[in-house]
Formats: sequence, C-alpha cells, structure tokens
Amino acid sequence: MTTAVLEAEELTKAFGGGRSLLGAPKPVIHAVQDVSLTLNEGETFGVVGESGCGKSTLARMLVGLSTPTRGTIRIAGKPFDRHLLGATAQYVFQDPVSSLNPRHTVRRILEAPLIHLKRLGRDARAARINYLMDAVGLRPDFLERYPHEFSGGQAQRIGIARALAAEARIIVLDEPVSALDVSVQAQILNLLADLKARFGLTYLFISHDLAVVEAVADRVAVMYFGRIVEEAPADRLFAHPHHPYTRLLLDSAPAITGKRIDAGEQPAELPDPLAPPPGCAFAERCPHARADCRARRPPLAPMGPYHSAACLYPLNATD
Amino acid sequence: MTSAAGIAPPAEAPPPARSAWRLILRNRLAAAGLVVLASIILLALVTPLLPLHPPNATAPANRLLPPFSDGHLLGTDHLGRDILARLMWGTRLSLAVGISATFIAALIGSVIGILAGYTGGRTDNTMMRGIDMLMAFPYILLALAIVAVLGPGLFNALIAVAIVNIPFFARNIRGATVGIVHREFIDAARLSGKGRLRILAADVLPNVLPVIVITMSTTVGWMILETAGLSFLGLGSQPPQADLGSMLGEGRRLLMNAPHVSYLPGLVIFLIVMSINLLGDGVRDALDPRLRAGALARPAPMTAIDRTDMGTDVAPVDAPLSVDHLTTQFRLGSDTHHAVNEVSLSLGRGECLGVIGESGSGKSVTALSLAALVASPPGVIAGGRVLLHGSDLLSKSARELRKVRGRDVAYIFQDPLSTLHPQFTVGDQLVEAIRAHRHMSRAAAWAEAVRLLDLVRIPNPRGRARAYPHELSGGMRQRVGIAMALANAPEIIVADEPTTALDVTVQAQVLDLMDELRRDRDTAVLFITHDFGVVTQICDRVAVMYAGRIVETGPTRQVLEDPAHPYTRKLIDCVPVLGSGRRRFDAISGLPPAANRLPRGCAFAERCELADAACRAGPIAMHEIAAGRQARCVRPLAGTS
Repeated sequence: MTTAVLEAEELTKAFGGGRSLLGAPKPVIHAVQDVSLTLNEGETFGVVGESGCGKSTLARMLVGLSTPTRGTIRIAGKPFDRHLLGATAQYVFQDPVSSLNPRHTVRRILEAPLIHLKRLGRDARAARINYLMDAVGLRPDFLERYPHEFSGGQAQRIGIARALAAEARIIVLDEPVSALDVSVQAQILNLLADLKARFGLTYLFISHDLAVVEAVADRVAVMYFGRIVEEAPADRLFAHPHHPYTRLLLDSAPAITGKRIDAGEQPAELPDPLAPPPGCAFAERCPHARADCRARRPPLAPMGPYHSAACLYPLNATD
Repeated sequence: MTSAAGIAPPAEAPPPARSAWRLILRNRLAAAGLVVLASIILLALVTPLLPLHPPNATAPANRLLPPFSDGHLLGTDHLGRDILARLMWGTRLSLAVGISATFIAALIGSVIGILAGYTGGRTDNTMMRGIDMLMAFPYILLALAIVAVLGPGLFNALIAVAIVNIPFFARNIRGATVGIVHREFIDAARLSGKGRLRILAADVLPNVLPVIVITMSTTVGWMILETAGLSFLGLGSQPPQADLGSMLGEGRRLLMNAPHVSYLPGLVIFLIVMSINLLGDGVRDALDPRLRAGALARPAPMTAIDRTDMGTDVAPVDAPLSVDHLTTQFRLGSDTHHAVNEVSLSLGRGECLGVIGESGSGKSVTALSLAALVASPPGVIAGGRVLLHGSDLLSKSARELRKVRGRDVAYIFQDPLSTLHPQFTVGDQLVEAIRAHRHMSRAAAWAEAVRLLDLVRIPNPRGRARAYPHELSGGMRQRVGIAMALANAPEIIVADEPTTALDVTVQAQVLDLMDELRRDRDTAVLFITHDFGVVTQICDRVAVMYAGRIVETGPTRQVLEDPAHPYTRKLIDCVPVLGSGRRRFDAISGLPPAANRLPRGCAFAERCELADAACRAGPIAMHEIAAGRQARCVRPLAGTS
C-alpha cells in the first residue's frame, strides 16, 4: 500500500504585486499556479519542463525555502512546520559548486545540519560525517578541503551528503546532473539510485532532460507556464502522451539512435507572463489548437488509470 | 578551465590568504607602499622610546631654527618647539585617529550594509534612504556641522570623520551582501537548520570580508586627510597637542619666512596617504576575484604563437580547412596546461564535422585556436598549422587575420546574450558585421541585415532588427548569432556549443535551421558539442576528443553504432536514451587526467579495463581502422576484422 509522504494542494507562487509607495499597483507574475501533487513513500517523482515553467519555484516551496502565496503543503499528514526546515525535506542544488560556501571546509559544511538539526555531540558528528563521506563515495581526507578544489561531480557528491546528513527522507533534486558531464552524470545518477534503496528515500526529481527523467522516475509530471499539464506513470507518459506539449518535448529531444527530431513549426516562445492568455497557454504553439482552446483553460482531468492531462483535445485519447 | 578536472594536491592550492600576500608583493608599487607605510607605523610606535625633545616644550629663544640646526635636526617652530619631535608625535596621533575612524566607520557601515542587504524589502529601503540623505551633504560641511554640535576636539573630529564615511561602507557592503544572499549556499545553510544571525555571521560575513578590507584599505588614507583637514581648520586637535593637520595650520602663517614649518608635515601627510593608497590598490587587485582572474591584462588581438613544431610537411589535402598537428597550451607561471595536443582534422566543402568531448577535453580551445582567438596570456599556440585552402592562418599578422575572421571563418558561440552587445540593436550589430568586410552603404547593409534575419526565420524581421538583445528570447538571440555568422557568406562556420544554452524544443528548431542553411549554402561547419544526440542530427563525421587529443574519428553513424576507442564506447553507454525505460547507467569510473600532468601513454588508460603496459609506455598514434575511420588505440574495439 502506498503512503503519501508529501501532499501539496493548489500551490501558487506569485511574485510582485502589492502597491508601490505612490499607491500604483505593481504587476504580478504567477510563477506557479494551482499545482497539486502527492509524493508516495519510496518513489521517484519526476518533474519535467523547460526554463521558465516554474519547476524550480515549485521545488523551493516544497522544501520550505520559499513560502507559497496560496495552497498547503502537508508532510506525513501534518501541515508544514517552518521550524522543521531541513529536517523532513532536503534539497540538492543544480550548481554543485555555488551551493557550497566557498569559505567553509567540507567538514564544516557537513557538520552544520548535524549541529543545528540533529544536535549531535562532537564524536557522534565525526562518526556520522565519515559514514556520509563513505556513502557518497568520497575519501575522508577531502574533509579538510575547500569547495573550489573539487570537480563538479565531487562537489555534487558533497551536496548530496549534506542533504542526507539530517536524515530527511524526502529529497528534492533540482536538476542535480544538468551541470555535469555525461560520464559524471551517470555516476551521480547511479549513486542517487543506490542511496535511495539504502536509506529508503523519496525523491522529487526535477529535470529538463526527458531521457534522464525516464531513466529514474516512477511517475512524471510535465509543467508548462507554471502549471502541470500532464501527469502519469513514467512508462505511460513516455509511450502514450496525451498532451501535445509532452509530444513536442519527446519529438524535440535529440537521440543517439539517430531518429530525426521534429522541431514543430510554431516559434517556441512562452506567453507574456504579465498578460497570460485566458485559454490554454500552449495553444499558440499547438498544431491541434481550436478556437475554444484559446477561450478557456482546460483543467487537469483524469484520462485513464493514474493518467491526467490538461487538454481539451488530447492525443491518443482512444487507448 | 582544467582546474575542475581533478583534485589538486594541497601543495598546489595554498590557502587564499597566502596567495593574496604573494600577489601584493609581486605588485612593485604596492610593495613600495607597504615598505614606506610599515616604516612610518614602526617609527610612530617606537616614538615614546626615542631620545626626542618633549614635543610641547616651548623655547622662544630658539624659535624658527632652520633644519639641520644643532640639536634640532628638522629645526623648530614659532614657539621654539622641536619639529622632529612634534612630527613624530603628530604622525602617531594622526595615524591613530585615522585608523580608529576607519574601523568605526567600517564596523557601523558594514553592520548597516549587511543587515540591509540580507533583510531586503522595506528595512533595506529605509536604511539605504537614510544613508542616501547622509551622502547628500557635502562631506566637509557635514563634518563641520557635527563638530559644531559636539564642540572642537580631536575625539569629536574622529567621530565626525567616521560618521561622514559610514555611507561609503554601507553602500559597498550592501552591494556585496545582495550578491551573496541569493547564492545557493545561503539556501543550503538555511536547510542546515541555521538561524538568521548564524547565517549572517558564519556564511555572509566571511564572504563579504574581502570587500570590507578593500574598502578600508582604499578609504583609510582619505580619512587621515579629512582628520588633518579638520585639525587644519582648528576643529581637531587643540594646542599645544600636535597632529599633522594642526602643524600644517600653524605653519601656514609662516609660509614666507619659515617654509619648513609647513612643508615638513605636508610631506609626511603626502607620504602616509600615498603609501596607503598604493598598498590599498594592491590589496584590491589581490582580493578582487575579477582582477585576479586577469581582467587587468590587456587582451592581445590574436593568440601568442610560439611554434616549435610546424606539423608535417605533407601537402595539404584538398579541403577548405585542414588542421595539422595543432597544439595549444596555457602557460601559467612555471605550469603548462596542455589543452590541445597535436590535433589534426580536415573539413571538406559543405561538410559538417562534429567535435565531441567532455569539459576540459580541449574541444573549445581547438575551435578558438583556428582563428587564433584563444586569450593570450596565458594561451600560446605551440605548434601545428591551420591551413585555409593551403595557406597557414597562424603565419598571418593580426591585421591579415582580422580580414579572415568573419569573412572566411565565422563563429557561433554558446551564449548569444554575452556575445551580442547589450546596448546596440541587433540590426546595428548585423550592419557592423556586414560592413566590416563589404563596402556597402548603411541603408543597403540594413536591408541586408533584415534579409538575414528573415533567412534565419525570425518573425517580423523588419521590426526585430530594431530590438535590443535583451528583448529577444534565447532561441531568437541564437538565430541572430547565426545570422551574424552568415553575414559575409563564409566558407566555414565554427559553432561552439551553439544549442547548449537552449531549451530542447528551441534547440530542435535551431538545429533544423542550421542544417538547412548549411546545405543550401554549401557551408562547412565545425560543430563543437558535448551531446551525442545533437551530433547525430547534424554531423556527417565526428571526432571524439579526450584530454586534448582526438581519440577517434569517422563517419557519425559508424562511430556511434560501432565505436572503436574504449572511451567512445563508454561515453556512449553513459548517455541516457529516450525510450529505454528505467535503467542504471554504465558510468566511467574516475576522472580525466589534469591537463598539466598528462601521462606519457594513453590518457584514458587509467580508466580503461583493457589497458596494459603497452598502453602506458608511450604516445599512441592514430591508426587507420577502416576506410575513413581512425582511432588512437592499440587494441581498438571495432574495425580490426
């Protein structure tokens, strides 16, 4: 039986807004709108989208780095407690080097969560740090070095060790391998899979790379312009996408197998966030859009077992 | 660029503080400033121990003695006081006041700056507007007003000078803090359970400390001057106490008949402020990361060329571009980084050759070396030839080379936002590119620019020509980059990761466009990338680079389906392929060798399961393994049958 470890309901994050000193209203940009999702214990939930789709903003809200404008987050059934920041859900950053304080040694970086979240004594800390270094495959003599002495892959291992330190079971991985070379990317993805099995972790895995998400995720949500447009088990989503945007993403990805990419005819531009369209945000790029797509926004609706999409005229609707 | 490739041993990575000292001492002016300042401070410190006259003892009989008088080395002033003694004690006092004022201003200003920068929003606004108001007064007027309220006296002058300089610190430190607060390691610190104060003290402060030190070192001289100024006006030290400013003030009335009374303190003020400023500049250059990265070096119009080996003497194959044993190094002090090692390749008419490799493999440096665009120093082309229709580009002068760049060989770079000038419209920049090589009126060039924008399928080209780069999306900007490369119909385009910064749907369109344009115009393309998927879409042939060498080359399909070099094989196995479901990857263990310590033999041997003694013994040559296919391996995986 699956148990939900994290439930997010109708999360919305708006930037700007309010009034200036002179009383003129400032423009509002909705980075994330009405996103609901559930993380089940032990799964890897993939979130796919291109730049500007709101996936990083969503991730920051889920771990508590940013406060939602609207909506609720429940962790293990209880509302999110800001005092537990870092204790239940941790974060692995995209840029491994800039997520480590350049003036701290690796030991000091890894000690911080043990001191402030776990309140461990000196000996317990040293033992735990050695255990963590071993778990992420780094030599203990790296502990006294500074972040700039490490390569991207090694720095990302330190970032992962930091996220594991406080024994949070939910790890949000924000593009954890997109800054890495492909051979290092493979090492880190394998490490993440091993750690998940070993510590019983639940992952929210954010990426722009569909092939990576397909290789790691159990379920996948596709985001476009701040909303989830499709959500399904990974195998179903990649085999039978219902939303035309998911189709376009799949067709655009260049593959080593040599299949020709299909670029789509429409210019690949997002709508103006200051003047969002009333209907489907993808309509301007969609080859199947009709008049009513532009008039009203399609809701995220179920379209088969565990599969939902926000499209009025979904693809593959018959299967 | 290669420093990320491996962990440097501790001996090669001295702690930042020590290397900063070395940088200061290497700067001759700063070192001179340091010597002068240290001597002055030392003298000021030992003044009470020296056998000097009492500085305030008057002797009217000996008034206004000239320098080198008996018993008074620097003479006496209008009350017969010994100038040497007063100078020493005065210097001591002026330094103490100036330095204390600096510390007070730095402390208060930094606290305000860090709090404002970290808190942001309304607090920030309120604090900084207060600082702005303080800055709106002319500083000397403000200091005078403060002294007028507090009453004259050296301590009050100190307070006034400190207050006047707080805004300077607050602004600088706030700017530095804002830049740090949004860095990811601050988020990481929050997730480590640290409170706000702890983050300020342990994470923000150590990172803004260099800015505080720089600001202090550049303002302390100024603060000493301001204190002297107040004393000169009679608002600082009160008689008979001597500081440099008040000595100058007293000497002013005697300028005509006893100039030494005012010249001497003036000279000391000059020496102090000059030495502090020289040292301060040195400190700034050493601590400022941008300056340390060599931003001060004057960029050369072309890469330094110091060729010991001119490549093979074989007549060039009949190709528009052929590269023969090209070797590029980065010479940093005594260290040589071998970025590109004897790379040979040829590019046929209308052909697209992909150069693929991981970061640090030397693929981008190869691309830049073709037109001698590698920054010098530290880049040096140490060998080989780049033949454009048989004539060696690397033998040309910078002037001749400039005619080739953009006309015969054009470049497309990864990030169009940083390669397009932000303050000119894209149309203007295209016009400039066109007119650099063709005699054409501005109007005709503008029409040509619009035609080029239309060619790269930018909607509404007439309107978009008047847009600035920031008004366009990433994909549109890269189309402008392509239009610029096509402006003079070059025979060869070098595209250095042109789609890496783009989203996948945009990348697909840009690749489509490039492929179509190169076929229509029969342009040869050298396509640098790290992405095998991209290579399959656009390249006829591919060359795989590792540790600065080409390890395998051949037709794209053959290399990807049946790789000959173990590195190529393993790299391909690492690539996630869409449609293969959940899986583990076959990772390559270990890291590439550091470019300043390349092994004698095969650079991949350490990571290769098939390697044996023969692989490590010495350089491995390229072998022909099939028609049009070569591999740098003693036991290639393919083509041997």
